[in-house]
Amino acid sequence: MNTRTLELLVGLFVAAGLAALFMLAMSVSNLASFGGDDGYVIKARFDNIGGLKVRSPVAASGVRIGRVSDISYDLEGFEALVTMSIDPQYNVFPIDSSASILTSGLLGEQYIGLEPGAEEEFLVAGSEIDITQSALVLEEIIGQFIYSKADEE
Amino acid sequence: MIYLLDRGKDVLNAQLDRIQGLGRSTLAALSRLGRANVFLIDVLVGLTGMLIRPGLLIKQLFSVGVQTLVIIVVAGLFVGMVMALQAYYALVDFGAEDSVSVMVVLSLLRELGPVITALLFAGRAGSALTAEIGLMKATEQLSGMEMMAVNPIERVVAPRFLAGVISMPLLAAIFSAVGVLGGYLVAVELLGLDAGAFWSQAQSKVELFEDLGNGMIKSLVFGFVVSWIAVFEGYDCIPTSEGLGQATTRTVVYGSLAILVLDFVLTALMFSK
Amino acid sequence: MSETLIKIRGLKFSRGDRVIFDNVDMDIPRTGITAIMGPSGTGKTTLLKLIGGQLTPDAGTIEVDGQNVHQLKTRALYALRKRMGMLFQSGALLTDLSVFENVAYPIREHTKLNESMVRQLVLLKLNAVGLRGAMDLSPAELSGGMARRVAMARAIALDPMMIMYDEPFTGQDPISMGVLVKLIKSLNDALNVCSIVVSHDVYETMSIANYVYIISAGTVVEHGAPDEIRNSHSEWTKQFMEGLADGPVPFHFDAPPLLDDLFAGSGKRRA
Repeated sequence: MNTRTLELLVGLFVAAGLAALFMLAMSVSNLASFGGDDGYVIKARFDNIGGLKVRSPVAASGVRIGRVSDISYDLEGFEALVTMSIDPQYNVFPIDSSASILTSGLLGEQYIGLEPGAEEEFLVAGSEIDITQSALVLEEIIGQFIYSKADEE
Repeated sequence: MIYLLDRGKDVLNAQLDRIQGLGRSTLAALSRLGRANVFLIDVLVGLTGMLIRPGLLIKQLFSVGVQTLVIIVVAGLFVGMVMALQAYYALVDFGAEDSVSVMVVLSLLRELGPVITALLFAGRAGSALTAEIGLMKATEQLSGMEMMAVNPIERVVAPRFLAGVISMPLLAAIFSAVGVLGGYLVAVELLGLDAGAFWSQAQSKVELFEDLGNGMIKSLVFGFVVSWIAVFEGYDCIPTSEGLGQATTRTVVYGSLAILVLDFVLTALMFSK
Repeated sequence: MSETLIKIRGLKFSRGDRVIFDNVDMDIPRTGITAIMGPSGTGKTTLLKLIGGQLTPDAGTIEVDGQNVHQLKTRALYALRKRMGMLFQSGALLTDLSVFENVAYPIREHTKLNESMVRQLVLLKLNAVGLRGAMDLSPAELSGGMARRVAMARAIALDPMMIMYDEPFTGQDPISMGVLVKLIKSLNDALNVCSIVVSHDVYETMSIANYVYIISAGTVVEHGAPDEIRNSHSEWTKQFMEGLADGPVPFHFDAPPLLDDLFAGSGKRRA
């Protein structure tokens, strides 16, 4: 085999390897959602965030529009303060939109669902969502269910 | 009486022989380990020669990388397909079959890609490297180079070693990518899952650095160790056909064991927090 | 006898428990063919590797052209090796290169000659061994004798001051043996270098050697011009030169008397 073919095949091999890496990075990992850093940041307070984590998705009607960028505990209101970064193209959410912590599927991960409100004014960088609904904690639901059953009897 | 004494002496001698043998083989193993490390340093020093002679590297990339490609692609495709099938049957009971892609992609990126690639590499390219270098030693080609004032470690061993280190992560990436495609074929085309869900589930769960990055680090480490073992076994072999056969076997055995042990250590280091 | 090129003093070398050389002294002249002969397994090849600096002696010194081979730094040793040619028993041709490239290899490695100069040099060297026509063959296509001739062309590629031949005649048919004998002689005369021929082929070696060393059991048994060796009174030398089965070197490997061994009991090996 002559040197030229050899070089060509090796070049193809290296290119294929890099292409495979690129494909893995782009199509199966979350590299695509890294761009969210230039989005605008809004905040929300929750009594209980359940299993929500930094980098959990933020979705509206099930479509991912941003991600959670920070979670902290607010010592003044004794609440969880969740900061999320919303992709810049989704910049027309009314200011009275509500945020709830939902679970995808029965055992799936938790994410924040945004429900648009009706005001004319929009959420901007630094805004805070006032209407929030905490995560459902399975133990509490089961507890309530048992009490209500007990009351019926 | 004398007979008994004699017998006692025989038994004692046999035991002493055994202990002696044990000590000898321990010392031999230790000195081999020492030689392997000195050898590695020589090889790393020899790598500088690659800068002047990229042609040698390209030739080895061909025989180490390109010629291993077919087996990697075929293996990756089928491993991905099997993973998808297994994941589907396990998850469908929980109504979580949308997570098939997560399971396939994560296991490929974190474990199967680097490990199976490395095992196949040890069997295919590693043994070939050992045999090739060992044969050059047996036919006095290495000695001949030395006498021509050419350093065989720099000229013969270093390019092969470097080619192994470079090829392994590339092969592992190709393996994983083809595996994901295989998983896609089974999950979407065969089992009728939603294509969008397949990709988006994977995208939401797979971390670029955590999973893909750590997998690549793993395969880089495997590439380093397997190539090291392969070239050392070749260079250190007893230059007879029997010694050559043993060296080739040792490359595959030690190489595979090293991969599995290192995989555990690396996994423990990377994914436990 | 001309000026000394290689001076060996008090050389000791052993492999494991086996002593290969014990206090060997040798002087090899700068020109002419020096033969080193001895039975198989006396470490003749080892001696060449010691001279080439591939092995390090346990004691004693080897000086080549005034330099102590084993105290040289790698760079200086490599510089010295460029002036040594060595012909290995198997030829040691690089199997992935053609005959032409094999001969060109040392030239390309150590000089910066342009391609046409390299080609001219290689063709001249190959012509000297009569194999210019085989330059496009691969080493696998050569017979053993041809491989050795190519290796000779490679060994003289850089015009060395000395050429070491390791068992050049072993396993050759009479014709290629004759060719090799003639080549060693004619190369030595044409280049006026120091040739060291290690061999146990008595007749061929004696026919071209200017000086002969005979080694056995780790020491130099006898040395001198070929005629002196032929007329030697040493029993050992006589046995070696004439190829007698029994003599100072016994036919039987050292063993207890046969009867003792036969009745030493069943299945038990001697300790």
